[in-house]
Amino acid sequence: MALLTVQDLTMHYRTKLGGVHAVDGVSFAMAEGEAIGLVGESGCGKTSVAMALLRLLPDNAQILGGEILFEGRDLVKLSEHEMRKVRWRSISMVFQAAMNSLNPVYRVGQQIIEAIQQHLSVSEREARSRVAEHYNLVGLDPKLMDRYPHEYSGGMKQRAVIAMALACSPKLIIADEPTTALDVIVQDRILRRINEVRAEFNMAMMYISHDIAVIAEVAERIGVMYAGWIVEMADTVSVFKHPAHPYTIALMSAFPSIKGDKRVLAQLPGEPPNLLAPPSGCRFHPRCPHATAECVDEAPRLEEIDKGHFVSCWHPQRRSQ
Amino acid sequence: MSENGLLTVAGLSKLFPVKKRTYSLRVRNFIHAVDGLSFSVERGEVFGLVGESGCGKTTTGKLIVKLLDPTAGAVLLGGENTASIRRGKPLRAFRRRVQMIFQDPYESLNPRFTVFDTVAEPLVVQNRHSVAERERAVAEILVAVGLAPPETFMFRFPHELSGGQRQRVSIARAMVIHPDFVAADEPTSMLDVSIRAGIMELLLGLRADLGVSYLYITHDLAVARYMCNRIGVMYLGKIVELGPAEEVVQNSLHPYTQALIASVPVPDPTYHRQPGEIKGDVAAPIDPPARCRFYPRCPRGDKQCEEVSHPPLDELQPGHFVACYKASAQSRG
Repeated sequence: MALLTVQDLTMHYRTKLGGVHAVDGVSFAMAEGEAIGLVGESGCGKTSVAMALLRLLPDNAQILGGEILFEGRDLVKLSEHEMRKVRWRSISMVFQAAMNSLNPVYRVGQQIIEAIQQHLSVSEREARSRVAEHYNLVGLDPKLMDRYPHEYSGGMKQRAVIAMALACSPKLIIADEPTTALDVIVQDRILRRINEVRAEFNMAMMYISHDIAVIAEVAERIGVMYAGWIVEMADTVSVFKHPAHPYTIALMSAFPSIKGDKRVLAQLPGEPPNLLAPPSGCRFHPRCPHATAECVDEAPRLEEIDKGHFVSCWHPQRRSQ
Repeated sequence: MSENGLLTVAGLSKLFPVKKRTYSLRVRNFIHAVDGLSFSVERGEVFGLVGESGCGKTTTGKLIVKLLDPTAGAVLLGGENTASIRRGKPLRAFRRRVQMIFQDPYESLNPRFTVFDTVAEPLVVQNRHSVAERERAVAEILVAVGLAPPETFMFRFPHELSGGQRQRVSIARAMVIHPDFVAADEPTSMLDVSIRAGIMELLLGLRADLGVSYLYITHDLAVARYMCNRIGVMYLGKIVELGPAEEVVQNSLHPYTQALIASVPVPDPTYHRQPGEIKGDVAAPIDPPARCRFYPRCPRGDKQCEEVSHPPLDELQPGHFVACYKASAQSRG
């Protein structure tokens, strides 16, 4: 059975100018221990999906429809009190710019101990030894527990925040741009370590990133998001080798690589749409080279074009990259 | 290195004073942000400076455009030393030839200036154009950077533009006086992927059309490979490897460059990278010892590297310079 099933999730932000259609009809499922990646540009709704899963939404956000089934329970319907027990204990998160999410006036270890004691009935000493264990897991010296955040480097803070996300042995960790602010050498080490820990404890992991190169290396399955929709979802190799949605194809060929032949980067005309008034029909049609009248009139559904390969497009492309 | 380059940097250094204790009276320590840098940029060339945060690449850019004054060394523009240029007419003449594009288009544009005000500002400062000429020049450059038709953009404010459009405006501001040389500091790193390719192509197109040369500063080796003719890899204020872009990326000789390249994720799930061999973390270059800067992290370093001073850039292959005793010894057999 799937660990997490998101069905037709729709979430809008109320603003003075009207509703922002941030997440519209997003559906996907995750198996236990699976690593999936959500990629897309800023404003495509990938972080909003993550925040909706944890119900950490700002006051002006409204979940208008759909369900989030986690271990058979619909998280949308849980009360805030019940949700608190799910958060961190079952689903935890590594936030974007995690280095700024530590409290500067508490010792780092103490902050993690607090998180553990909130959810598990363990003594201070047990919590401490647990933190030390997790410090070792993420490659930090346990002696650093009693230091303050300003005494950590950027990479160390990121490791500490990952240790905090691991602290209650959750079933699912959501990592929102976990290494975006870090230098490549540090990023590489941290991603390798997360992968090892994930495999060891069979944790499910949802990576959210704009960087398709990072996602290619860490995710088993990828969902490509555009303007609040998942436009394509498949296993990582299919998405990279046989992308079918014109947006995915454009995204792939807009990325320079240090490997392989140097090729001309494809340019996508225009800019992502304003989600206050998204385009009619397919949201990608104003920028799509294959758009027809059908695309303007009617929104495509996510359909399976190959085993496990879902595309939301009236004219899915068949080509290998 | 060639003597007839457009811009030559010779032994350029910048030290920033640091206090070890907050209340100490005398400054005894210095961060060696840029330390004895030498390279030259040819006319019409894109020269890339790559490295991790804190390696001194942005400081180098600021020294070249005279936003900072060097502690030692010189920047020569067309053979003339720019050190004596301080203010007034000579500085204006210098700025007419040398411009800069900044990283963050959300911070580098004045929010109270319209696009026209921003792009016309260099012309106003230079004070060599009539109002009609200014209007024509601004309209022309807006079209050139892809903000067409110019009338629809000229009177907008930055908050009415997207990130990609803002960066186009800051490129237009740098290009409107047709400079010879532009230092571009991470001009695409704040932008989304689908927008980024467009800006990179725009910069390359302007080079072809206007004959401008770039110093392209970036942390992203894949971007540097795409944009640059030659790349200099920096580590703690020193260039450790310098050569043609493809050479440096495909056939790197310095252990730091090799580790850096081994750490760059590849957008191909069927490709399996080997982890780079590199130890520890970057330390701040506060009064560093004379030995090779990379020695504490180097997988190949030995007693010899520890005892002698930082290695000089050595031309191991035509046009490919490396500052590493081990790489030099290896290439000589």
